[in-house]
Amino acid sequence: MIKTSNLTKNRIAEYLVHGKRFDNRKADEFRDIVIECGLSKKAEGSARVKIGKTEVWVGVKMEIAEPYPDSPDKGNLMVTAELLPMSNAKYEYGPPKFEAIELGRLVDRGIRESKYIDFEKLCIKEGEKVWGIMIDIYSINDDGNLLDAAFIGALAALKEAKMPFYDEKEEKIYYEKPTKEKLPLTDNMPINFSVHQIEDTIFFDPNTEEEAAAEGRLILAMIPGNPPKICSMQKGNTLQVSHEKFVEMLEFVDKKYKTFYSQINKLIDEAVKKKKE
Amino acid sequence: MAYNKRLDGRKFDETRKMTAKVGVIPNADGSAMFSFGDTVAYAAVYGPKQLHPQHMQNPEKGLLRCNYSMLSFSVSDRIRPGPNKRSTEISKVSEWALNPSVLINEFPNTVVDVHISIPQADASTRCAGINAAALALAHAGIPMSDMIASVSIGKMDTQLVVDVNKAEEDYEEGEGATDMAMSFMNKSGKLTHIQLDGKISAKELAEAIKLGRQTCKKIYEVQKKALKEIREEKN
Repeated sequence: MIKTSNLTKNRIAEYLVHGKRFDNRKADEFRDIVIECGLSKKAEGSARVKIGKTEVWVGVKMEIAEPYPDSPDKGNLMVTAELLPMSNAKYEYGPPKFEAIELGRLVDRGIRESKYIDFEKLCIKEGEKVWGIMIDIYSINDDGNLLDAAFIGALAALKEAKMPFYDEKEEKIYYEKPTKEKLPLTDNMPINFSVHQIEDTIFFDPNTEEEAAAEGRLILAMIPGNPPKICSMQKGNTLQVSHEKFVEMLEFVDKKYKTFYSQINKLIDEAVKKKKE
Repeated sequence: MAYNKRLDGRKFDETRKMTAKVGVIPNADGSAMFSFGDTVAYAAVYGPKQLHPQHMQNPEKGLLRCNYSMLSFSVSDRIRPGPNKRSTEISKVSEWALNPSVLINEFPNTVVDVHISIPQADASTRCAGINAAALALAHAGIPMSDMIASVSIGKMDTQLVVDVNKAEEDYEEGEGATDMAMSFMNKSGKLTHIQLDGKISAKELAEAIKLGRQTCKKIYEVQKKALKEIREEKN
């Protein structure tokens, strides 16, 4: 498979300096986002998210587990991501590589730190039995920015999910009889932003070429508030960022936050509602 | 009690609702979705491409390679990600089912990869997978001598049924459930794959194969229709 050539990378950088992109988007503009819930009836919640040609599937499964020793009264969360060879010729089978591990970690961190899930309500018997939430992410077609797609997918799947019926006497979960009860979610729905940088310019939602050309990325999740708060962050790659540039990135995100939050919130609500009908 | 009415009300020779769509994964050279009711399979084809490592290359032959996997949330009890014995076997069996019709040796030194994923399972997943894979191969423009269609034939107690779902797979009364997954080439009518779990007489099995062949003709019509209305993503 041919990787993005330096010629293309240079041209992408040249364009961005003038605020232009190959597909005519503005630096802070996302491709079209489509969210559909109810991908699998066997999942407690599931969603398919498309950003442009990028497509990600996310499923939420629940099980009864032992709590971790340091949080005996809280439920567990596990996020796993798989980059399927189906989604891009560059992926191969085998143990998860760094990219897949990081993807799962970033979604995990953003959701965990936002306190979007009320973990205390997932406790059944302190120190012994809690609900475990498992979020599985699969790339189906990778055309850049899998992270934002996966993050949105996880939010949609969580919001759509219904608690399965647990018979305490028999100590058995009846998955085929879901309750009407939703997962204990709070108002702190996090929104993830991946700010990419090429030379001196910053932008959102890279496609494959732009992703390859980027020198690095700053990833952050934000929760509602006045002002909105940052709840997780990670700088990717060996990119060096000056103080001024860092502030510029934060302003770039801050400016986008409000409209993007409402857009995603609305799309998820519509997808959950549509699934119910 | 004899199995004289199907659990979901279908006729004995009736499949669940079939849907097929071609061109569902833009990055792939060919791709397709095929479903029997709640059983959904996606397949993507990449290739022919150079086979690596090089020592595996054969100047007289090409290689068809299948990989079947069920996504963790496709069934009630979550499946741990990664290959297992079952998926390894089904991958190989799917490869054998497709291989006879794929003119892979027209592409020496190369490999054609077929990736099959099951997002939602309600039995007969390998059959849906093979149907999707055959569509994806055709969509990728890989030369084929014939189309392949696959179906599961069940025997509930003594009654033969077409396209077994999970509830039927778990049927326990009388002689219980026998599940036979089989694939046929459409024009030649030859069998390219069969697997059986259960117990059945040779006479009944011959009957089952006949029923499978008839059903695969119907599946072929669904596949042909999907290939005619190729759905490409808008650029």
